[in-house]
Parts: sequence; C-alpha cells; structure tokens
Amino acid sequence: MSAKGYQRKLDLENGRVDLSHGSGGRAMAQLISGLFHQAFGNEWLARCNDQSAFEVAAGRMVMTTDGYVVSPLFFPGGNIGSLAVHGTINDVAMSGARPLYLSASFIIEEGFPFSDLKVIADSMGSAARSAGVHIITGDTKVVERGKADGLFISTTGIGIVADGLDLSADKARVGDRVLVSGSLGDHGVTIMSKRQNLAFQTEVGSDSAALHNLVAVMVAAGGSGIRVMRDPTRGGLAATLNEIAHQSELGFRLHEASIPVKPAVAATCELLGLDPIHVANEGKLVAIVAPDLADAVLAAMKAHPLGSDAADIGEAVADNRKFVQMATGFGGRRIVDWLWGEQLPRIC
Amino acid sequence: MKFADEFRNKAIAQGIARAIGGEVSSQRAYRFMEFCGGHTHAISRYGLEDLLPANVRMIHGPGCPVCVLPASRIDMAIRLVDRPEVTLCVYGDLMRAPGSQGQSLLRAKALGADIRMVYSTLDAIRLAEQAPSREVVFFAIGFETTTPPTAVMIRIAEKKRLKGLSVFCNHVLTPSAMHSILENPKIRDTGGVPIDGFIGPAHVSTIIGTQPYEPLAEQFGKPIVIAGFEPLDVLQAILMLVRQVNEDRNEVENQYSRVVTREGNRRAKDEVSQIFELRAQFEWRGLGLVPNSGLKLKPAYAQFDAETRFAIHDLRVADNPACECCAILRGAKRAVDCKLFGTVCTPETPIGSCMVSSEGACAAYWTYGRVRDEPLRRTS
Amino acid sequence: MCLSVPAKIAKILPNDMAIVSIDGISLEISIALVDELEVGDCVLVHVGYALAKIDPVEAERTLELLQELGSAGERRS
Repeated sequence: MSAKGYQRKLDLENGRVDLSHGSGGRAMAQLISGLFHQAFGNEWLARCNDQSAFEVAAGRMVMTTDGYVVSPLFFPGGNIGSLAVHGTINDVAMSGARPLYLSASFIIEEGFPFSDLKVIADSMGSAARSAGVHIITGDTKVVERGKADGLFISTTGIGIVADGLDLSADKARVGDRVLVSGSLGDHGVTIMSKRQNLAFQTEVGSDSAALHNLVAVMVAAGGSGIRVMRDPTRGGLAATLNEIAHQSELGFRLHEASIPVKPAVAATCELLGLDPIHVANEGKLVAIVAPDLADAVLAAMKAHPLGSDAADIGEAVADNRKFVQMATGFGGRRIVDWLWGEQLPRIC
Repeated sequence: MKFADEFRNKAIAQGIARAIGGEVSSQRAYRFMEFCGGHTHAISRYGLEDLLPANVRMIHGPGCPVCVLPASRIDMAIRLVDRPEVTLCVYGDLMRAPGSQGQSLLRAKALGADIRMVYSTLDAIRLAEQAPSREVVFFAIGFETTTPPTAVMIRIAEKKRLKGLSVFCNHVLTPSAMHSILENPKIRDTGGVPIDGFIGPAHVSTIIGTQPYEPLAEQFGKPIVIAGFEPLDVLQAILMLVRQVNEDRNEVENQYSRVVTREGNRRAKDEVSQIFELRAQFEWRGLGLVPNSGLKLKPAYAQFDAETRFAIHDLRVADNPACECCAILRGAKRAVDCKLFGTVCTPETPIGSCMVSSEGACAAYWTYGRVRDEPLRRTS
Repeated sequence: MCLSVPAKIAKILPNDMAIVSIDGISLEISIALVDELEVGDCVLVHVGYALAKIDPVEAERTLELLQELGSAGERRS
C-alpha cells in the first residue's frame, strides 16, 4: 500500500471506485493516500512501503487471518470494517495474547461508492485505535462489476502471548467449567433482520466488539487455569463446543436455563426455526476453565463491561462419543449438534 | 413470548407427567402416533420421552412436508429450473431435500440455477413484480397450514396480472395420510405395531378444524386429540389419550382450544377451495402413492400451474431399498434399526424422508435422542 | 410442523397487511386469511401470514386446567 506521494483530492461524496483504482497507477495511489491512510493513519503507513517492519518483544507470537464477506455491509452495531478489525483481534486474543498489529486487504467491486468505502475505512481506523492496535500494511484490488459483493476484506493479526500461557482446544479436562461472556446470537440475528426477504425490525444490534481487554482481566484472574478460549462466530456456541469436545476428546453437559439469550433473539429464532446456540456472535467468547478457578474468572468477567452478562453454563464430562449435550429446562436431555449445512430459515 | 412461555412450565410438566404415570395401567402398552413434525420436535426438543412412563411410547409420524416430498418432485423442480428463463422460489427447508442421484436444489444452485430462498409467498410476488421478464415459479409445499398462503398469492397474482408467476404445487392433505396409515394393508401386515391413538396436528387444525378427524376416529376406532405444539400441550394430549384408551373411548378431543375450533378457518378454507382441487393420488416419500392426498390447481387457474405451463410430467424414482423409513414411519422400527442411519444417512446427506428435515423421526433422534444410547459416565 | 409463532397486532395496514410485534421484534405480515382483526389481537403467524386468532379466554382456561392437572399429579406422587 504505497502512496508514492501523489496527492489529489478524491470526490468522497459522489465518486465511485473504478478499475483504475486497482491498476497500480495514480488513481490507486490517490485512493490509498486519500482514503485508507487518512482512516488508519500511523507511523508505519506514513512511510509508504509495501511492508512494515516492527520491533518484536521476547516471547511467543500469535498470528491469525480471516476473510470478511458479510451481507449487508452495514448493520446496526457496525459494518464490515469494524467487524474485520474486531474479528481478527478476537482470534488473536483467544490465545490469551495481546494483539498488536493488523494487515488489511480489500477486494472492491467496480462502482463501489467512495462515501461507503470511507465510512468503512474510518470505522476500521477507529476500531483499531480504540483497541490499541495498528493497521500497518495492506492491499487493494478492484474487480469488475458482478465479481464481488461490493467489498470483501481480509485482515491478518499479530499478537504476543505472555509466558506460561498455552491455551489450546485440546486442553479441556473433565470437570472444567464452561463460561460464556454474554448473550448469544445477537450478531447473527441482526444480520438476518437486514437481509432481503427477511425484513423484520428488531432492537437488537450486532455485538461486534474487541475482546482482548476482557481476555486480559480473565487471564489475570485465572492464569493457566483457563484451558481454552474461543469466540463462537459462525456455527455459534454449538460448533465451538463440538470442536473443543473433539479436540479434547471429552463431552460437555450444558444447562439450558443458564445460557443467556435476549428475548428478541429467542423470538427471532422461533420465527425462523433456528436455534440461538447455532447463531453467530462477534463479541462473545467461550472459556473452558479449571473448576477451582472458574468462580474467580467469572467474577472478573462480570466486572468488565463486555462480560456483564457472563454465565457459567455447564461442565466438561467424560464421554467417548464426544457429545455436547444439554439438560433442557424440562429435566430432559438432548444433543447439541453442529449446525447441519448452512443456516436457513425454515417453515417447518 | 406470550401464549408460548406459559406452556413451557417445568413444574407443571412434571406434575402432568406424574398424573400420566398414575393413570396408565401397568397391564398394557400405550402407543400413540404424533402425526405432526411439530409435535416430534417438541417431544425431542424438550426431552419429553424422559418424563413418560416406560409403557407409553410415541411413534413419530410422517407429518413434515419436507420429509414426505418424494425425490421425484425435487427432480421435477430441478428440471424446471434448468430452463434459463425460470427463477425458482423455495422455502429454505427444501434446499437440502434429496432428489435422486445426490441431486438437491442447493447443488443445482451451485451449478448456476436461479433459485431464491423465500420466507413467504409475498416474497415471490415481489420478485415477479421486480422481474417481469422472468418466469418466477413458486415451489409450493406444505400441509393445510401452508396452502392458504399459496392460494392468496395466486389470487393476488391474478389481480395484479402478474403473467410471469406460477406455482409448482406439492400441497398435501393430513387426514388422507392418516387414513392411509390406518388402512394400508401393507402397513398392517408387515409388523407395524398397532397405534392406540393419535395426537392430531396443531396448526393444520387451525385451518381445517377438528371435524375432518371425526370420520377417522369412528371408522378406525382410534382416539384423536388435537394438541398445540408447546410441551405442556403435548403432555396434556398424552394424558387425554391415556384416559380415552382406559375408558375405551374413540373420540376427537381438542386440547388446542385457544386456536382450533370444530369448523376451522372458513375464510382460509374458501381461499383454498376456490383455487385448488384434489389430485387422484400423490406420492409421499416413505408411504408411496396415497389416494386423494394432494392438491393441484383447478383448470381455471391453469395459467398459474407450472406443471401445465412448462409441460413437466410426473417422474417416478425408487426410494433406496435399504431405507427403513416406511417401517419407521409406522412405528415398526426405530431409527437405530436402519442400516443406513448414521452411516450413509445423516442430516448432511439424508437418504430417507425421516432424515430430511430436523422434524423427521431419524433426524430428531440424531439431534436429540442419541444421548440415550448409552449411559453417560460421570467422573466429575 | 408448520412453524408458527404467536404475535400481537400492532398496526393494521391497507391491502390486508398488518404490523405485528413478537417480543423485541416487529414484522409486516398478511392478514388476508383472518376475519375481523383489531390492534391488540393475538394471532399465529406462519410464512408471513396470520393463520388464526388466539382466544385469550380459552388460553387462560387451558392454563388453569394444566395447573390443576399438574398439581393433581403432584399430590398423587
């Protein structure tokens, strides 16, 4: 993302991205300097290199990457830009690490309005700044109309993990507690409410948020007693716990009544025939914590604004079938399976 | 949610379960079929079988419109949407329903077919208005509950002169299927367990009322209790059936009186009878050809009938011979008795009707019931 | 099963349409299939259509009966 020093003002109100903005010429330089550098502005980008060098502290580094293809691009509680920052920060943070740097790669469809791109880039910049991370390198490509759904963003994140922390999905042990940081399904339901054909109004907004500060207070309270952390995005809580059950070779037993779900989310799920535990979250985490430290970690979560609705929802149990099961509000039992195929609204 | 949460009360449920336990005779078994997938779902979702005495057994019937749609109809729809001018509108449930030879609408879409998921027939109208040059075909499925919205769509299309909109009609009728289950000699002679009573559909009955079940109860001597889909509704219906069996009564009773009447919804029935008429027979996955069990558009509405308009003809596709759905649907076998269950037939790759939608007997067992296969070791 | 949820009529619109509310959400549906609905009535909603009006008196009666049956079962045990 080098800006070659050429400056001319972009028409940010009415202009649109065209193929020249991806061609490597002046137009691309304008786009990068006039829009992205403005939004992300930091010392690394200011040097206008095709890469950025940074100092590395001692310890173990964490790296992750993720693509963002959300539709619609704008939704209550955020947009694809803030999501691309929060999501990657969260993937770094789930290792217990402190996130430091991000890269951002944009695939933009010809005709995309500069005004929308600016809103998205600005919200990426502000999401990164308030999280204390820097977007230090990036790329833009422009594709022909019809070849992208407006805009795709990929972000890569780098962070540093403190000595002694080694969280991993194969580390859950029988007897560990399952904690969630708040109500489930808010993001997925918000996105669905804005999709074509499903136009219903809801007061729920996306929960999109950077979770590394919450992770930091949890690590301070629980240390290596925190065995696994995951953010339950696509596939929801059900997918996350099934993954952990397989990797740790045990089962989970959840208590339905203790799983936090907002009434509007529950109602939407009933309307569309979905289950809140399959619906995506973008600002929630699941932690598997040693039983003796679970109360302390839960208390630390509840004291943090992003964990005020945190709850202990169940425990790891020995089960060679690796089932995630749930005690229903009725005293019955059922399996919490992976989502089958994709999540489709149902009539029956 | 008002009118839902009150009917999910655990303490009352346990009280009613104890009442059932107290009233059943230990001398006999009680086998009740819940016809409707909605009840299957409630029973599985809330783990109601854990609350029932061992001699009360629920048989999960064929009442899910996605499950009973035969592969041939999916094949016909795929053939239809192969035409470049066709946009096919479907309810999301249908996307994964299996056609023959591994085909599905999801796969057809991936191969380029113009298939749109809709939530309502109103969405199909909108699409037809927005794209007047397209042939918009609505893939209509469902029981009596889902038929009136299709009828309203056709009436609106006629009024708005939407020339591009048509319906691929697969609507089916509940009482005919119950009749077929009770009288089919194949079902009687091949080890099907006798059914002692039915829990009748909730939402279907809001439309047709309780009256159409009366001849069934009388002719076959079986009690039928129309029940709501909440767990307390189901438990109360089971108690009502137990009482009827104990007292040797074979009546149609209405547990779901907050919505269902004897007459049903006259306005909805009128909408349907203006536009649809009976087919001589219709194929059900798992049950085969069932007489008088399906609807088609009346000749006066032929212009809206996709089968006429595109001259697509009935196909017959054999069900997988190893599939035990037919026996499972009538209670002769359970999901785990089928060789295909959990091996080649899973929710991701369903073979038989019972695995197709989350409401089928096998899918419900897969999702909710497998947990009972062996006791859980507790070491915590 | 014919997925359906109870909803309250919040506003009647022209052309047999209405806005309903269900807990924290609101949705535009067709009321072409149900006679004589008023704001405040509760209906069952299925695939974007009201199917039937919910009778609050009957609902209350069923609940009372359920409670009675439940506590009778309680006493029995």
